[in-house]
Amino acid sequence: MSKQLKSHTPLVDQAQFITALMSAETPVPEGLVDQDCLAAGRRFSVYRNNVAVSLTEAMHSAFPVVAKLLGNKNMDGLSGLFLRAHPPSSPLMMFYGAEFPAFLEGMPQLDHLGYLGDIARLELALRHAYHAADASAIDPLKLAELSEEALLQTGLTLSPALHLLRSPWPIQSIWRFNTIEGADKPQAGAEAVLITRPEFDPIPQVVSSAEATWIEALMQGASIGQALDQARSTDTKFDLSSPLTLLLQGGAITGLVNKG
Amino acid sequence: MLQSFPNRSLPNAPGVGYKPQHFAEIMEQAEPVQWLEIHAENYMGAGGRPLAQLRHLAEKFAISVHGVGLSIGGEAPLDPEHLSRLKHLVSWLNPASFSEHLAWSTHDGQFYNDLLPLPYTDETLTRVCTHIDQLQEVIDRPMLLENPSSYLAFAESTWSEPDFLAEISRRTDCGLLLDVNNVFVSATNLAFSPQGYIDAFALDRVGEIHLGGHDEDTDDQGRPLLIDSHGREVVDPVWALLDYTLERAGPKPVLIEWDNDVPDWSTLAAEAERAAFALANLPAQAPLAAAQQVPA
Repeated sequence: MSKQLKSHTPLVDQAQFITALMSAETPVPEGLVDQDCLAAGRRFSVYRNNVAVSLTEAMHSAFPVVAKLLGNKNMDGLSGLFLRAHPPSSPLMMFYGAEFPAFLEGMPQLDHLGYLGDIARLELALRHAYHAADASAIDPLKLAELSEEALLQTGLTLSPALHLLRSPWPIQSIWRFNTIEGADKPQAGAEAVLITRPEFDPIPQVVSSAEATWIEALMQGASIGQALDQARSTDTKFDLSSPLTLLLQGGAITGLVNKG
Repeated sequence: MLQSFPNRSLPNAPGVGYKPQHFAEIMEQAEPVQWLEIHAENYMGAGGRPLAQLRHLAEKFAISVHGVGLSIGGEAPLDPEHLSRLKHLVSWLNPASFSEHLAWSTHDGQFYNDLLPLPYTDETLTRVCTHIDQLQEVIDRPMLLENPSSYLAFAESTWSEPDFLAEISRRTDCGLLLDVNNVFVSATNLAFSPQGYIDAFALDRVGEIHLGGHDEDTDDQGRPLLIDSHGREVVDPVWALLDYTLERAGPKPVLIEWDNDVPDWSTLAAEAERAAFALANLPAQAPLAAAQQVPA
């Protein structure tokens, strides 16, 4: 059972423990000991190491393409800086790293890799799409049955897995080049990327800027016709059949809303 | 999620920590594995493949939900958001067991993704019991509390670990999860007898046993420092300690944990086979612990 303490026994609270845990320069708290009641020393490093290694591994699995672009050693180093600046704010490690894109963009030594931040945003969006709520897609016939007038007055309920990103960099092409063997070399230029999840695996696809405008308008609750007007104001030749097909094939339309 | 699964209990048989890469093999032919354990936090997304796989698994197997992020030993109150996520998972899955650790991992709203150690004091005891009472109330079922792997001790501790766990179990009615590898790791690191620890442990409160692999390092004095890595096979002395434990506790659900450098299914199944062998070769008579409780 419980024994009595000597009056001078040093106590260790969790704030002290964390300060030492996250900084190798901070001495190990005095009240942490080995079996002979001597200073814990290197034994404390097991916890320091566990935290750093597990969070670094989490960063590698969360951002595999960023890691590939940087090289594993640089990714380790950056993860070490990142995890100290931004430890996880929740035990849901699947969503760790939300601040990583901005963190990468704030590193002057990475200025020559301007696209890294947006690649990290793409990887985050893919992860969110992977874990997004399930939603059943509508039967495409429901759209085909509508008159043109009715179609233009219809709004779309979109799948929670749907994401749209715009970047001044060819992020989808860079992502493909680094994940798919034999993929085409990226060409300079802006890309808008639509992510859909037909079943369980998110698929990023390039869409034109006008197509992105059309989808963004729908995401904000516009009718198909209103979204069409917005897209045509940026590209007079815009045709909705191609992005509508992408949404249908991606199982991204989960409901129709009459906006008439 | 409308689905809720029927009541099940963990069988006194081998289980393994579930890894998605083994899904197809498990669904096809899992023998000798009879139940699965998942880490709660990996199934707290809104949907997608992880939850779809879990629903398939739960139709076939008893599932143990093992939390790694509640920070039961934390000085701060339990995170209400995390409690409600646990409640949601446990409500729809209706797992055969829920377990968590005698440890902490969250401080000042930040999660450190490791199981950090606690001083065994009256103050810690009160706090841990309050948190366990709260959790058991929220998930509306008893939990199992797992003994940690220790790399160091707190000078301020006034309780032995087995007594501390037994007292928590007595006060909160929670069960215990006895990690035999953790006992071996802590016993080596802090130079106590692993058998003595098992002898002192409240074996009648044990609802599940864990086994896993550890790594070997050394401390500043060059003495062995074992690290609970879950990255390789269970070593022979830990299998021997399992036998010692089962002889005293009687048959229990025995889990193989292999979380890093995850092997192919056949390697993991071979570890489970060894656990099945240990369970099958228990002496037929009543366990020693039960026999010792009979008044002379």
